[in-house]
Amino acid sequence: MKFSRRSFLGAAVAVPVAVRSDQFAGDYHPQAEQIGDGIWVVRGADQPVEFANGGAIANSVIMDSGAGAIVVDPGSSLAFGKALDALARQLTGKPAGLVYITHLHPDHALAAGAFDPAILHALPGTRADIERDGEGFSDAMYRILTGWMIGTQVVLPKGDVAEGPADFGGRKLELFALSGHSDADLAILDVASGTLIAGDSVFFDRAPATPQADFALWQAALDRLAAIPHRQLVPGHGPVDPSGAGTDAAIAQTRDWLTWLEGALRAAVASGLDMTEAGEIAIPARFGRVAAARYELQRSVSHFYPRLEEEIFPRIDG
Amino acid sequence: MAQAPAPLPKDPLGSPMWDYHAKKLFAGSPVVFDERVQVQLPMLAENQHVLPLTVDARTIPDVQRIVIFADLNPIPVAVDYRPISAAAFIATRIKLDQRTPVRAAVLAGDGVWHVGGAWVDAAGGGCSAPPVSRVKGDWADHLGEMRGAAWPEGDGLRLRLGLRHPMDTGLVENIPAYNLDELKVTDAAGKLLGAMTIWGSVSEDPSFTLLVKPSASGPVAIAARDTNGREFDGKLALAGNGPQLAVAGQ
Repeated sequence: MKFSRRSFLGAAVAVPVAVRSDQFAGDYHPQAEQIGDGIWVVRGADQPVEFANGGAIANSVIMDSGAGAIVVDPGSSLAFGKALDALARQLTGKPAGLVYITHLHPDHALAAGAFDPAILHALPGTRADIERDGEGFSDAMYRILTGWMIGTQVVLPKGDVAEGPADFGGRKLELFALSGHSDADLAILDVASGTLIAGDSVFFDRAPATPQADFALWQAALDRLAAIPHRQLVPGHGPVDPSGAGTDAAIAQTRDWLTWLEGALRAAVASGLDMTEAGEIAIPARFGRVAAARYELQRSVSHFYPRLEEEIFPRIDG
Repeated sequence: MAQAPAPLPKDPLGSPMWDYHAKKLFAGSPVVFDERVQVQLPMLAENQHVLPLTVDARTIPDVQRIVIFADLNPIPVAVDYRPISAAAFIATRIKLDQRTPVRAAVLAGDGVWHVGGAWVDAAGGGCSAPPVSRVKGDWADHLGEMRGAAWPEGDGLRLRLGLRHPMDTGLVENIPAYNLDELKVTDAAGKLLGAMTIWGSVSEDPSFTLLVKPSASGPVAIAARDTNGREFDGKLALAGNGPQLAVAGQ
């Protein structure tokens, strides 16, 4: 891979200035798409968290069961969580009986307060992560989303989810405790429909976000997910991947991006680029359909660069 | 000095602090906004403690100083760089205490200041939260550790260097200001290539990229000093066709 230091130099850098005056939050209208018997996906916008999308950027899943609706990832704000709760009730004819939170990030977890705390479940690591970082994430979301966030508070899920089979109201699930995207990433297989609900361990046609990522652990998580028999996969962000185990376009794309990203960041450090320059390197054409690619590359530069510099550059003092 | 000071041009960024900073920094010298002062910034300030920026004013002749400042930071100026035998180019990282214009002011040999920059949206507190190494408590164990490398570029060298330092702003309860305040780059013949004054608004563990033109081959010397008078020295050597850096991961 070759990096030109000159390539970016003439490029005008457009820094968007958010103008939020005279903007008012709207209402959420989450849409469900049925993807199997008693299972629906609610697609998030394949975008960064922005005022215009109200922070509704993550995918959620609703499943029917004999003991109430099962909701995976309540979303970003109290109002979104309430709208999702109403949608689940409308689809299944039952109130929510179980809510899983796949990991700590606020676009998935901050709407937890819309549900009864007694039915909020997550991996123990996710509970600990939200306890540590939830308020900070909440501040950041309020800053960007302002009115969309009214009433939203950090609510801790029970940290009582363990890897293995689960049965809720006759709906058979298989739970997987992964890490790599964050310290604790939950994936869920809906056995009846063969749907693998991957959480943010898998992104599809939307660039992976890396604020808590560990490249090696994430790659190992993708190995595990690829080995689980499934018919289709719901990524944390992006469209449902119908290709199924064996092809797994979404897992392959996530793996490809992470492999490219780590190599590109290391090469950028070793070839003498500073952070702004590394954020302007060419993104391979095969990622042309990946939304928010430049945005997430620049975030990843921020997340990894100082660490890689410390690892790659020799000491020059004394 | 008998002349009346030139009137300040209208700020294209509409900053509430432009007049205040301009009067202080430029002290009546002529000022123009100039697209040749490129301030390259990421699309977003992912981390308000570490905003990377690159200032490139190489198309302006005879640049004497590059002053990097953020209008709405409590410590507005971050770096005042004098590229003596060096290109009008510097990359570094600064803290942002809130959404603010981030600018570079470039003094050319004819005494005119050329200014460029942009608004950057940022979460609050970049200057008023304790640095990571203070929270971890290990800052003193690593103080002054210097890392870097040099690459050939054009008719000179590209230098990348970083130094472990808490860069305390003085705006955090019970932690007085303590920052790197001077850094000099000298070639093997003892010629000063560039020098800078540094403020506490530069990020913890400061990092700089410079393009220097040494007059002699051999290692380039880095000499830095902090506000406690502690001195830090390093030497950046160009090995063969450039450093052989281990890129492979674990």
